[in-house]
Amino acid sequence: MLRFILTRLSLIIPTFIGITLVAFFLIRLVPGDPIETMAGERGIDAARHEQLKKDFGLDRPLIVQYGYYIERVLHGDLGKSIVTRETVLNEFQSLFPATVELALCAIIFALLVGIPAGIIAAVRRNSIFDHGVMGISLTGYSMPIFWWGLILILLFSVQLGWTPVSGRIDVLYYIEPVTGFLLIDSWFSEDEGAFLSAVGHLILPTIVLGTQPLATIARMTRSAMLEVLGEDYIRTAKAKGLSRFRVIFLHALRNALIPVVTVIGLQIGVLFTGAILTETIFSWPGIGKWLIEAIFRRDYPVLQGGLLLVGAIVMSVNLLVDLTYGFINPRIRHNR
Amino acid sequence: MTAQTVQTPGVAAPSAPPHPLREFWGYFSANRGAVAGLFVILGVILVALFADLIAPHSPYLTDTTVALKPPFWQEGGSLSYPLGTDAIGRDILSRLIYGSRLSLLIGVIVVSISIVLGTVLGLVAGFARGVTEIAIMRVMDIVLTMPSLLLAIVVVAVLGPGLINSMLAVALVILPHYVRLARAAVITETSKDYVTAARVSGAGTIRLMFREVLPNCTAPLIVQASLGISTAILDAAALGFLGLGAQPPSPEWGTMLADAREFVLRAWWVVTFPGLAILITVLAFNLLGDGLRDALDPKLKR
Repeated sequence: MLRFILTRLSLIIPTFIGITLVAFFLIRLVPGDPIETMAGERGIDAARHEQLKKDFGLDRPLIVQYGYYIERVLHGDLGKSIVTRETVLNEFQSLFPATVELALCAIIFALLVGIPAGIIAAVRRNSIFDHGVMGISLTGYSMPIFWWGLILILLFSVQLGWTPVSGRIDVLYYIEPVTGFLLIDSWFSEDEGAFLSAVGHLILPTIVLGTQPLATIARMTRSAMLEVLGEDYIRTAKAKGLSRFRVIFLHALRNALIPVVTVIGLQIGVLFTGAILTETIFSWPGIGKWLIEAIFRRDYPVLQGGLLLVGAIVMSVNLLVDLTYGFINPRIRHNR
Repeated sequence: MTAQTVQTPGVAAPSAPPHPLREFWGYFSANRGAVAGLFVILGVILVALFADLIAPHSPYLTDTTVALKPPFWQEGGSLSYPLGTDAIGRDILSRLIYGSRLSLLIGVIVVSISIVLGTVLGLVAGFARGVTEIAIMRVMDIVLTMPSLLLAIVVVAVLGPGLINSMLAVALVILPHYVRLARAAVITETSKDYVTAARVSGAGTIRLMFREVLPNCTAPLIVQASLGISTAILDAAALGFLGLGAQPPSPEWGTMLADAREFVLRAWWVVTFPGLAILITVLAFNLLGDGLRDALDPKLKR
């Protein structure tokens, strides 16, 4: 097991270096040099330009600059936003919980609906329910979620007036960010209205962000379940006279869920891509919206730091999933 | 004996394997979803080809006297603007019709770029092995690690917003799938006897790559291409929606949605139809891709 963990760990180091390279060269590839970008439209005179270039170490060879960059990154210094003058790390930390809260709700929603739907579809193969689940999940998989969000707003917020259009909580409430997770913070604020408002604001974004993972999880659960149900040990279990319920939930499901766990892990990239769009539609103050705004403000340090942090997080989660996978499935562990 | 077999081809034919294309169609047409997808795609292609003839108006013609007209079946709508008009009086149906050209072009061009580049990189990685292979595959891993839209956004941030740049960004994002497929196929194929035979008879690496191995890797690449077109259309539309892809007044469907966002409260039709067009087209390509995979994958046959 230790060897398995160490091999996996050693594999992510080159990937991490690669991500730092992408982040480092991002700023250098942007037309114009960083000083001009920072000076913005006011421009800057030549002497000051040279001075700044020296101050920032931009007159050194690229490899040296990269070395300094890595050193700063390893010390947790990701630079400052050009627009707000706040450090990138601080901004990220204050916005990250909003994205995590949304993503967690979305993946829980996707699991709660997707796994049962996949199981029933597999058990009742070729029934109307099966065809329905497969049809809906292919539609969900093909869904432009930025449009899906607008349609849900149109239906539930505009026509029915059930849910709010945007934001995380009604402006009437002020909740001190303790954990940053509004559901938790508002729960402990002992103001029932605040908690309900936070829940109400979460419903539509959760559905929108959960749609694609839901579709993938339902499809994956169905096919994994079908494969397992065809195996000999299931026939044996049935022949022993075990109840259908026992065979499906105790014998089949455990093995069927192994590939599903991997798929859940792979959803983190999908979730992040979705979060960019979902947050834009619902004005959700998270990482996705922050990065999009950074592009339009030409706030390159934010983009650079955000890219690095998001890359590192996605990579760590993938590693974690890999390890869990090796843990729950001994066949993987021993093959390597 | 030979004369006899020639004289009775009708008798020999049933035992002979069917023509590969016919066999393929047999499997493919059994999948009703895939056939439906194929017909929708053919429909979209026809609409795109004959946009000039079908579209009732120019997609760019603005007429503020008819701004935000609802579709014809609603009160205040008229048949001259069947799906209504947008905020500056452009006909939505005409814009959707011209938009189909852009979406198909985006899908085909993006996938062509990544399939050509991806296959070459995959072939090189599979044949060269060693450091070259590790370098190529590591870079692809990095691309795969990053959330696809974020990476595309970063590329657009560097190159600047626009249709062409957004297409390049999406092409880069879907590239790893083709590289991996081609490399995996090369590695399985090169150990087979026919490749050894070709090598022994003096075929060079280039010939081995393109004349011997590549034709045997086409099936998974075709499947991936069909699925890739749907991803490309979806991602390019997402970039358009964020204001980073095709720029207004281009009738690209995602860009149309970006314009429509502020009217979500009072004009449902400007929001509904462009997205529906994206959904139907993407769904059709996914159905086609699934059908192709089922028909081409020998493991699933019989």
